Order: sequence, then structure tokens, then C-alpha cells
Amino acid sequence: MRTLSTGAILLMILLALAPAHTAWAVDPARMSDPALQARYEVLIHELRCVQCENNSLADSDASIAADLRHQIRDMLAAGKSDQEIKDYLVSRYSEFILFRPAYSWRNAWLWGLPLLLLILGVVIAVRVIRQRGALVDNEDDVDVSHS
Amino acid sequence: MKSRFLIPLGIFVLLVVVLIVGLNHSREVGVLQSPLVGHQIPDWELPMLTDPAKRMGSRELKGQWYVLNYWGAWCYACRVEHPTLLQAQHDARVQIIGVDWVAGNQDENAQALEWLARLGNPYSTVVTDLDGRTAIDLGVAQAPESFLVNPQGVIVYKEPGIITPEIWRREFLARLPPQSTAPVANEGGS
Repeated sequence: MRTLSTGAILLMILLALAPAHTAWAVDPARMSDPALQARYEVLIHELRCVQCENNSLADSDASIAADLRHQIRDMLAAGKSDQEIKDYLVSRYSEFILFRPAYSWRNAWLWGLPLLLLILGVVIAVRVIRQRGALVDNEDDVDVSHS
Repeated sequence: MKSRFLIPLGIFVLLVVVLIVGLNHSREVGVLQSPLVGHQIPDWELPMLTDPAKRMGSRELKGQWYVLNYWGAWCYACRVEHPTLLQAQHDARVQIIGVDWVAGNQDENAQALEWLARLGNPYSTVVTDLDGRTAIDLGVAQAPESFLVNPQGVIVYKEPGIITPEIWRREFLARLPPQSTAPVANEGGS
């Protein structure tokens, strides 16, 4: 039992260390202009790797992600705006490539629903509290022996 | 007053319906719907696999039905798809253009040639995408992926995965103009 748990702890330590290494290896590319590099880093964190859905372009080592990063660096160097780069990629890969969906009418429900639900929740809560209050007021008049 | 208790139940039922519909109609995980379907294929021009000095592209293929099939020797799923393409090449209405997608694989082109020599070549022409630029321009995310392009150069269908014989019939052949009276070419010519 003891050796088993030592092994388990060792494994945990190894697993804890593993991501730190991959994070180093993924994207060694640097752009010469620090301003472009800053924009580049924001972009690759906001764009999804099209092959490995739960990774951004920044932390995927898939070859398609490397190609997409290369493409983005070239477009930045060619003077394209962030929006132009995103629009281009959306025109090829659909909005799926954006981690943050666009504020469009098509996505209105997506952005609006949480707010709508919050308002609904508040309305329901207020009504319930008011009713409870009314009930308690009523109960005060009667004998509340069971409470 | 009693009907008030039905409200949460109603909301619950509504939620169940929405989720069931959502689950059944959502695309498969990992499958992207291409926004290019129904539009002109972005202009592409790539070097030939056997002779990189020569190039071929969308311009030369105007006026013909073709399938553009992205594949690579590194791609196991392409191996699964391969026999279907070998069968499919016999339809005279459409030619299959192969794109050997290097995708960072050292020695990919040599491996691709070896693959075709060993397993058979279903392609009328094979080109190669060395830097993956064309793949991005076509919205290719993985391999295999295939585009069915009509004589006007419009992408009429995209298969974001393995073409099975059933998919070939249902999604590709069904979109081609009806076959002329010419008999189907016999098999065995691999």
C-alpha cells in the first residue's frame, strides 16, 4: 500500500509538471515589432484550433495550428487589422474559429439570454419574497403554535 | 391557483424539448460546416507532386466537375477512405484531384508517392500543398476533406471527413448531372 501511494504521489508530481513543459514548446515564433507581437498574442488566444477544439491557436501544437499562426503573423506583417484577420478566418472556417462569438443579430439570443434569465430570476425572487412577507403578516394574526 | 404549479413543469418540458432538438441537430463534434459551400472556390494553384515545376489550379479546371481531396500519407483516416476513391475514379462525370497535404510531415511527398505506388492511384492529378496556405484558404481543418466543385467553379458540397461508398453515392454522385448512356467502366484497373 505504501509503495503504491508513493507511486501515485510521484505520478501526480509528474503530471503537475507536464503542462509547464508543453507550454514552452508550442510557439517559439516571435515577431520583430513588439506592438505586432502583442496583437499577435491576443489574436492567437482568441482563435480556436480548428482541429483540436478545446485549445486555442496559442496552446495547440497541431500542425494546422502552426500554419494558422504563421498565416496570422504574415497578415499582421502585411498591415492587416485584427478585424480583417478574424473576418478572413471566419470566411474560411466559420464563426466556430472564434472563442468569443461576434455581437450579431444571429447571436443575439446567445448574448441576451443570460441577461433575460437574470431579470426573470430577479422578478420571480421579488414576487416570492413579497408573497412570503404577505403570508407571514397573515400568520401573525392567527395562532402559530406549530412553528 | 392550482395551475401555477404547472409553470415549472412547463418550463422543464420546454427545456427538455429544446435540449433534445439541440442535441439532434447540432453538428458532430469536430466537424466544421464550411461557409464556402455554395460559393466560388477560392482561387488555388499548386505544384504537381510528380513535377513541382508544373502547376495546376482552379483556372485550368473551370468547365469540369472535380473533387478536390485533401489527404496525406501521415493520415490514417485517408487510408480508410482510399478504397472508396479507387472505386469512385471510374465515374466518367467527375475527376478526383488529390492534394498531398504536407502539414509539417518531413518527407511527406516521397511517402505520398510511395503510398500511391503501393495502394493505387485514384487521382487524375496529384498536387501538393507544401506550406498549408491553400488548406487555410479553403478552410481545411483536418484530413481527409473533400470538395465537390461544379463546372462554374462553385463548391456544391464539402465532405469534412472520410468518404464512404454511401457518402459517395448520396452526396457526390447525386449532385452530378445524370449519367449518359455510356456503361459504367469495369473494375480492376488499379
